[in-house]
Amino acid sequence: MAQLPVRIILPSTAKKGDIIEIKTLIQHAMETGYRRDDVGKPIPRDIITTFAVTYGGVEVFKADFNQGVAANPYVAFTTIATESGELVFTWLDERGAATIERRKVTVS
Amino acid sequence: MRYKLGICVFVGVLTGADVAAQQRPATPLPGSVFQSPEARAMQSDDTSNPAMLWVEKGRSLWTKSDGATGKSCASCHGDLQTVMKGVAARYPLVDQKSKTLMNIEGRINNCRTDHQQAPPLPYESNELLSLTSAITYQSRGDVRLVGIDGAAEPFFTQGRALFEQRQGQLNLACVQCHDGQVGRKLRGDTVSQGQTHGWPAYRLEWQSMGSLHRRIRSCSIGVRAEVLPYGAPSYLALELYLAWRGGSLPMESPGVRR
Repeated sequence: MAQLPVRIILPSTAKKGDIIEIKTLIQHAMETGYRRDDVGKPIPRDIITTFAVTYGGVEVFKADFNQGVAANPYVAFTTIATESGELVFTWLDERGAATIERRKVTVS
Repeated sequence: MRYKLGICVFVGVLTGADVAAQQRPATPLPGSVFQSPEARAMQSDDTSNPAMLWVEKGRSLWTKSDGATGKSCASCHGDLQTVMKGVAARYPLVDQKSKTLMNIEGRINNCRTDHQQAPPLPYESNELLSLTSAITYQSRGDVRLVGIDGAAEPFFTQGRALFEQRQGQLNLACVQCHDGQVGRKLRGDTVSQGQTHGWPAYRLEWQSMGSLHRRIRSCSIGVRAEVLPYGAPSYLALELYLAWRGGSLPMESPGVRR
């Protein structure tokens, strides 16, 4: 799986101790495996199974997705700005292919 | 009173435009008004609007070279944000060279075959939807102004006739729902005015971006009429009429629809 189109919105700077909101959106069909195509053949399941975020190497958010999640999953969460560092966003699909995005945040 | 009314009717008969003006909804309402508060919130916030994924993809496709000439859209046009501002608000229009009615999708494919010498993108392909969304996005907030005179007049007349013509097994015309029953419920949906300023839009039912023609096809299925192919001349004419019918409504694409 190639790198999927992703949108991540977060403040680039924050004050130490602030609660920052992070919004993410990824383009993915989240095919349930229950649907059939025009000729009645089942469409194989194809979903993102996990989404995890680390901040300065520490995991701050993790979610397990299943086939009930709609296409193009949108996830928003908050974390506390502790130090300047890198956030690493990882979406893992069930074939083990990963989409990884990195964003820096500067904490003053 | 009777005298005044007489004059009104008389003037109306004199100029076709005045008669036509009476066919517009008195207060045009954008499609988003008829959506749930949740869908409206999704549309108005670019960070949660899933359609923005297509807009961003379109931005990157704009600068990607393609075809035998190796040109990208940007090679001829330049910066997407500056040159495409307000362009989608003037479409569909009659192409000077081919004398046919062209929407944004048609223009993109015309550019591809003529200038890039690349194969046209299939309707509803991810690439075409992305490019259309990115271009239409540059006109957000702009008032829609389409030409309905001169070369465009026959297409406009055709579109208007289609809008008012009963069709399908249910024997319904567009105008019966989208003018006569606006605001009432049709199963889980609220009947809208059929304004097209939010298209292409992300439709939650489709879990994907979709073109206006895909939406019109859904209506055709709904009244059990013949479903025409994407880009069909009849749909194009209807697209022109609908664009005009929105009056001074601003563009709101990419919309989020149920």
